[in-house]
Amino acid sequence: MIDKSTASLREALSQIKDGSTIMIGGFGTAGQPAELIDGLIELGIKDLIIVNNNAGNGDYGLAKLLKAGAVRKIICSFPRQSDSYVFDEIYRAGKIELELVPQGNLACRIQAAGMGLGPIYTPTGFGTLLAEGKPTLNYEGKDFVLENPIKADFALIKAHQGDRWGNLVYNKSARNFGPIMAMAADVTIAQVSEVVELGALDPEHIITPGIFVQHVVAVGKKQLEQSA
Amino acid sequence: MSYTKLSRDQIAERVAQDIPDGAYVNLGIGLPTKISNYLPSDKDVFLHSENGLLAFGPPPAKGEEDPELINAGKEFVTLLQGGSYFHHGDSFAMMRGGHLDICVLGAFQVAENGDLANWHTGAPDAIPAVGGAMDLAVGSKKVFVTTDHVTKKGEPKIVAELAYPATGLKCVDRIYTDLCVIDVTPEGMKVIEKVAGLSFEELQAVTGAKLIDATATHA
Repeated sequence: MIDKSTASLREALSQIKDGSTIMIGGFGTAGQPAELIDGLIELGIKDLIIVNNNAGNGDYGLAKLLKAGAVRKIICSFPRQSDSYVFDEIYRAGKIELELVPQGNLACRIQAAGMGLGPIYTPTGFGTLLAEGKPTLNYEGKDFVLENPIKADFALIKAHQGDRWGNLVYNKSARNFGPIMAMAADVTIAQVSEVVELGALDPEHIITPGIFVQHVVAVGKKQLEQSA
Repeated sequence: MSYTKLSRDQIAERVAQDIPDGAYVNLGIGLPTKISNYLPSDKDVFLHSENGLLAFGPPPAKGEEDPELINAGKEFVTLLQGGSYFHHGDSFAMMRGGHLDICVLGAFQVAENGDLANWHTGAPDAIPAVGGAMDLAVGSKKVFVTTDHVTKKGEPKIVAELAYPATGLKCVDRIYTDLCVIDVTPEGMKVIEKVAGLSFEELQAVTGAKLIDATATHA
């Protein structure tokens, strides 16, 4: 019998090694798997490459991981926010490497990895600083930039419900990068509010089929304390 | 003659007049967000948010905020009946794939050929952040820009060539400033409206790009 669900966050995270590339879901704090990130910090894993849309908010979740000095490099689209003071400080101190990626390129580079594609041509960023040094192509009169897939060792994502086969449904705009990150990592660990019985999720409504998910960790329905 | 600049709300109200019934629209952070306050209720305009919302609505009532229902500006919103949620891949397919009719963005500068700069000052100590601006610039059917006509120091923001790093090349279709509305065309920048009491010569004097007076044909 396959049961991907576990009550032990530590057990699910213990396979993550120093130096891993980890995709972390979320747009700001919505969809950020805060309990999984807290678990990473507790385990003291270091030298990480993190892929996320942002670079942390306040002292919460991802910002806490940065503050703990666990991250060597971050790949993201929008690090600078009104409450990104943790990132701002370590970036200005030269303690973290930043790869800035237009948000849609971040999404499609992750999707390319998940779909088994090689580098992809995208129109976004053509002629800008963020395309410097990258090969280009004119196709049917339009200019494109060649971008590499982004693959990860692990994806840590947040979903609403999951079952023991790893099928997931999400909650509102907390879905954001979850489904595509789950496809692009060797091992996807999803924290969910609730693990439900097999068959309880309507097959028409499953957003991430279990093939993309290796571990489902129930963390309860704790409400986000942070404001958006 | 004297003239009065448009307020930010008046600019937003003016843009709203150009958004047709049935349009799929992405409103950028800041002034463009205000446009939603001026969309008439008898029109169905579908507001898209890059973080996976189509047909989102006004802020929720106090006490009903949901931290997992936010817009691109990370403000609490609601979803209208008929609205939908989707992941980032689908969201940027809408943006990059030419499915959005209009996006409205802010700007540091717009060049005569329609090049847009709005993500990075290029200053050595600045922390760059780009978000979805470059995707909207290349992907939306129409790119509208709202901006003050000049900087706080009085320097033109509509220029011959960009001094800031570009967001997108030849992407801007129309500019709404506190002084005028400009169509960016292959023939050049055509002023189609300007505030009362402002002469074309006065407008040209505070603009770094060459303007064409097309107000008569649009009056």
